[in-house]
Amino acid sequence: MKLKELESCLQQVDGFEEPKILLEQYPTSPHIAGCMLYTIHNTFDDIQHKLVADLGCGCGVLSIGVAVLDAGLCVGFDIDKDALDIFKGNVEDFELSNIDMVQCDVCSIGSSYAKKFDTVVMNPPFGTKHNQGIDMQFLRTAISMASTAVYSLHKTSTRDHIQKKANDWKVKMEVIAELRYDLPASYKFHKKKSVDIQVDFIRFTPT
Amino acid sequence: MKLLTHNMLTSHVKGVTKGYPLIIKATEVKVNELEFNAQFVSRMIPKLEWNALIQAAEWLGRSQDLPSTLIPNYENDEEFLHKVHRILLEVEVIEGCLQCPESGREFPISKGVPNMLLIEDE
Repeated sequence: MKLKELESCLQQVDGFEEPKILLEQYPTSPHIAGCMLYTIHNTFDDIQHKLVADLGCGCGVLSIGVAVLDAGLCVGFDIDKDALDIFKGNVEDFELSNIDMVQCDVCSIGSSYAKKFDTVVMNPPFGTKHNQGIDMQFLRTAISMASTAVYSLHKTSTRDHIQKKANDWKVKMEVIAELRYDLPASYKFHKKKSVDIQVDFIRFTPT
Repeated sequence: MKLLTHNMLTSHVKGVTKGYPLIIKATEVKVNELEFNAQFVSRMIPKLEWNALIQAAEWLGRSQDLPSTLIPNYENDEEFLHKVHRILLEVEVIEGCLQCPESGREFPISKGVPNMLLIEDE
């Protein structure tokens, strides 16, 4: 599948109807999701026939892409029932059967899924809404769950901090790409039409 | 909820030391076809808690097909792999609940999604 085809496919995925600000909900754009998944699949072969987890899956853009790229099974995890309902609708629209989902708090998972998944993909909350540090909690959990690799998006401004943590956790960190995350005004209080956030697309692997 | 997912779920209720496996009480079960891939199934088998899978199949009334211990050389037994594929990936619990074997706490499953959220003091 070509990148353009994947992107256009992901454009069909329904997003949040009423995004919850405190959960930092916004859809991962089809372009960013497409680029991420295309690289994970073509450069690293970490999707097809693999067991993949999507932490903070929301409406499921990443999971749908993972399933379309022929993962053995993709399991989405999210705390919000409303988001998971939309995700369910998307799965039905796409007629995918290699997807499952669990409602839970990613920050409370601990190590129950230790090394159970081949790959973890995620676009975690960045910690901008009274939830500082949540991105690192997601990362910690993701690393414990994945036996091969974790693929995640983090603000470029936090890169050094993450590198330090990666060293502490004995995990290899590779910035695959720098992306400009164009967040369109998704909440009523957003004054600008859209905002560009510099984001690193990072691959973590055990050393 | 597929049984591959169930095989990984545990109860985190405070004080519980063995919240696994979660007892399945299903009121609605569906079979959703998924393309068979021998490589994927044989790679998943060593990651499973095999006894928990057998129990889960029993709770759903589908244990007749599976051996209680893993046969050697299962990677080359296509018939066996097909059976595992079926129970692991195609059988789905749509409605019901999962019960913590130690605390008795029930986690509801609604529209195929188990809700593992605990309230504050649990």
